[in-house]
Amino acid sequence: MKLNTIVIGIAAAASTLAFAPASAQEQFVPLLVYRTGQFAPLGVPWADGKQDYLKLVNARDGGVNGVKLAYEECETAYDAAKGVECYERLKAKGTGASGFDPQSTGITFAVTDKAYADKVAIETPGYGLSQSVDGTVFQWNFPLLGTYWTAADVMLQDIAKKEKGSLKGKKIALVYHDSPYGKEPIPLLQKRAAADGFEVSLFPVTPPGVEQKSTWLQIRQQRPDYVLFWSAGVMTPAGIREAQASGYPREKIYGIWWAGSDHDVKDIGAGATGYNAITIHNSAAKDKVHDELKKFVYDKGQGTGVPTGVGTLAHTRGMMISMLQVEAIRAAQEKYGKGKTLTPEQVRWGFENLDLTADKLKALGFGEIMRPVKTSCANHMGNDWARIVQWDGGKWQIKSDWYQSDKTHIDPLVKEFAAKYAKDKNVTPRAC
Amino acid sequence: MIYRENGQFKSSYRADMALFPVAQDRWAMLALLAVAFVVVPALASDYVFRAVLIPFLILALAAIGLNILVGYCGQISLGTGAFMAVGAYAAYNLQVRIEGMPLLLSLIGGGLAATVCGVLFGIPSLRIRGLYLAVATLAAQFFVDWFTNRVKWVTNDSSSGSVSVNVLSMFGWRFDTPVQKYLLCLALVALFALLAKNLVRGAIGREWMAMRDMDVAASVIGIRPVHAKLTAFAVSSFIVGVAGALWGFVHLGSWEPAAFGIDKSFQLLFMVIIGGLGSIAGSFFGAAFIVLLPLALNYVPHWLGLSLGTAVASQLEHMVFGALIVFFLIVEPHGLAKLWSTARQKLRLWPFPY
Repeated sequence: MKLNTIVIGIAAAASTLAFAPASAQEQFVPLLVYRTGQFAPLGVPWADGKQDYLKLVNARDGGVNGVKLAYEECETAYDAAKGVECYERLKAKGTGASGFDPQSTGITFAVTDKAYADKVAIETPGYGLSQSVDGTVFQWNFPLLGTYWTAADVMLQDIAKKEKGSLKGKKIALVYHDSPYGKEPIPLLQKRAAADGFEVSLFPVTPPGVEQKSTWLQIRQQRPDYVLFWSAGVMTPAGIREAQASGYPREKIYGIWWAGSDHDVKDIGAGATGYNAITIHNSAAKDKVHDELKKFVYDKGQGTGVPTGVGTLAHTRGMMISMLQVEAIRAAQEKYGKGKTLTPEQVRWGFENLDLTADKLKALGFGEIMRPVKTSCANHMGNDWARIVQWDGGKWQIKSDWYQSDKTHIDPLVKEFAAKYAKDKNVTPRAC
Repeated sequence: MIYRENGQFKSSYRADMALFPVAQDRWAMLALLAVAFVVVPALASDYVFRAVLIPFLILALAAIGLNILVGYCGQISLGTGAFMAVGAYAAYNLQVRIEGMPLLLSLIGGGLAATVCGVLFGIPSLRIRGLYLAVATLAAQFFVDWFTNRVKWVTNDSSSGSVSVNVLSMFGWRFDTPVQKYLLCLALVALFALLAKNLVRGAIGREWMAMRDMDVAASVIGIRPVHAKLTAFAVSSFIVGVAGALWGFVHLGSWEPAAFGIDKSFQLLFMVIIGGLGSIAGSFFGAAFIVLLPLALNYVPHWLGLSLGTAVASQLEHMVFGALIVFFLIVEPHGLAKLWSTARQKLRLWPFPY
C-alpha cells in the first residue's frame, strides 16, 4: 500500500518532468536573484520587478510577437560561487538563455569570461564593469543605461551646480562598500579630482556594513563638504543613522542608485530627510506600465510580490531591466524573423542594436521613466541619463533635471581600462 | 560476505602494510578511479562538470588539507579560507608577473606561499591550543581579508580589487573545456589524496596523532612538539593553498577577496567534522555532503513538481540541510566516514554477525 503510493508519486513526478520542457514557441529568460542573504531587502523588490514585467508581457501581449516568455529564478544569495552554479544551470535551458542579469558585480566578473566562451549576453544595467561600455573589447557585456563612472560624474555635476559651478578646493568623501562594487567609482573620482582641483578621501566600510561608527566619526572630524555613498543592503540605513547620530547633514550625502530605494530610508523616516540619491534614468517616476501591471497581473492575483511593492524604486528598476531584455529580443526578432525563438547569440545582436525612441518608450509605458536609448557596436551602454532624488521624510522627490555624464573624462578611462583588459586577456578588439 | 577475507594471506611486510590490504577494497578503489577518469568524462554534461564535480573535487582537496591539521594533529583552525586565498593570490601573481609560467608551477607556488603563511600562523599553536588556537587562526582570516583587500600590489593594481585568470596551460596543454578542467582537478586531487594517505600512515602521521591524543605523553616518548605541530601546519596549508589556487583559477576564473571569506573557513570545518575527523575518505564524504546535498535539495521540489517560491525554497533548503547535519552528528558523531567503516565491518561478518 505504502509502496504503491510512493511508486505512483514518483511516476507522477516523472510525468510532470517529462512534459515540463518548454514548447518550441517559448523564449527562455533566466532570472538570477537574491531573495535571501545580507542584501535581500534590495534583492526582493528587484527580483519581483523583473518577474512581474515578464508576466505583464505574457498577459498583455501574449509574449513578444506571439513568442511566450518562459522564465526560471535561481537564488544566488549574492554569492559568486552560487551565481556561477546558477549560470551553468540556466544557460542552455529552452533554446538558450536570452541574456543574464547577474544582479551582482562579483557574479558579473565571474561569468564574464564564461559568457564569452558560451556566447551568451550579460546585461548589467547600472552596475558591473564600467569599462565594458567599450563594445569592441567586451562583445558580450551590456552595461545598459549607465555605469558607476557615469553615476559618479553626475553626482559631481549636481554638487558643482550647488557650489555655483566650481568644485575647486572642496573636500569630497567616498564612503564605500569594500568590494569590487564599492571600488568601481574610484578611478573616475581621482581623475576628476586632479582635473577640477578638489580633494577625494576614501572611507572603505567592511561588508556587510553594519558597523560604521568609526567611519562617521572620522567624517565628523574631517568635515568633508560632500559624501558620496556607495552602499548596498543593510549598509545604507546603518550609514544614514550614523550620519544622523554624528550630526552630518543628510543633504550633503549622495547615495548611489542601489542605496536609494524606499526600504533604505522608510524606517528612518524624518531622520533621513534631505538624503540624496541618484536614479538610473528616472526610476522614481510612475507611469502607464505600473497601471498596466496592476490591471493585467496584480488584479488577477498573479503578482510576484505584494501590491504595495509596485512603484517602489527597486521594483521599477527590476521592470526596466526586464523591459530592456524583452526589447532586445524584439529587436533581434526584427532581424532574425518575427515570432521565432532566438538563440543567445541572436539576442546579443538585439542588445547591440537597441533603439528605444521616445515614442517606443511611451508606447511601452516607460515614457516618464526613461529617455531614449540607442546602443551600437562600439557603445554598449547606450545613453546614460540620471536624475537626483531627495527623501522628504515620506517619499522621494525628484530634485534635478536630466543629467548626462560628461564624457571628457569617462571616455578616455573606458578606453584605457578596456585596452588593459584586452591585453590581459588576449582579446583582439573588433573593428566597429 | 562481500568483504570476506578468507584466503587472502599476507606473506610479506609489504603486503601487510599495503594501502588497501583487503583485495575487495583494492578492486573497488581501482574501479572508482576508472569510473572517475574514463566513464564520467564520457557521460557527464557541462553543467555537471562545472557546477558539481569541479567544486566538489576542489573542496574535497581543501578538506583533506584541513583534516590533516584538525583531524590528525588536533589543531583547530578557522583560517582555512585565508590559506586558500593566499594560495590563489600567490598563484595569480606568479601567473601574471612571469611570462609563460606553467600552470602547475603557479599552483605549487601558491601552495608554497600558503605553507609559509600557515607556518607563521601556526607558531602560536606551540603555546596555545583548542579554542584559543581557533581564535588565533581566525586572526589569519581577518589579516588576509584585509591584506588582499587593501594592498593593491596583490591584485596587480586592479581598480576594483577583483582579479581574473586568462588561459590555463602547462607544458603545451591547455585546459579550456570543462572535461579538461575536471581531469586536471581529478588528477591533482587523486595525487594529493594518495600522498596524504601515505603521510598519515608514516612516522610523521603517527607523530601528529600522538600530538592530538595527548601532547604531554607524546613529548615524554620523544616526539618534538615544535616539529610535529609545524609540519602539520605546513603540509595542511600547502594542500589548502593548492586547493585555493584551483578554486580561483579553475572554478571561478575571476574572484574577489569575498570568495575566500570566513564562510569558506566554516564550510570547510563543517566538511571535516561531518565527513569524519582523521580520515582521508571522510574529507570526500564531507565535501560531497556540503556541495551536493544543497543542490539535490534544490532539485527535489522541481522533481516533485512543487512550485515553491525561490526564497521559500532557499530557506527550506537551509532548514533541511541544518536538520540533516544535526541528525548525522547525533547518529554518528564521528562523521560519515565512521558510518562507512561500520557498514564495512558489518558486511565483513554478514550474514553471521557475532
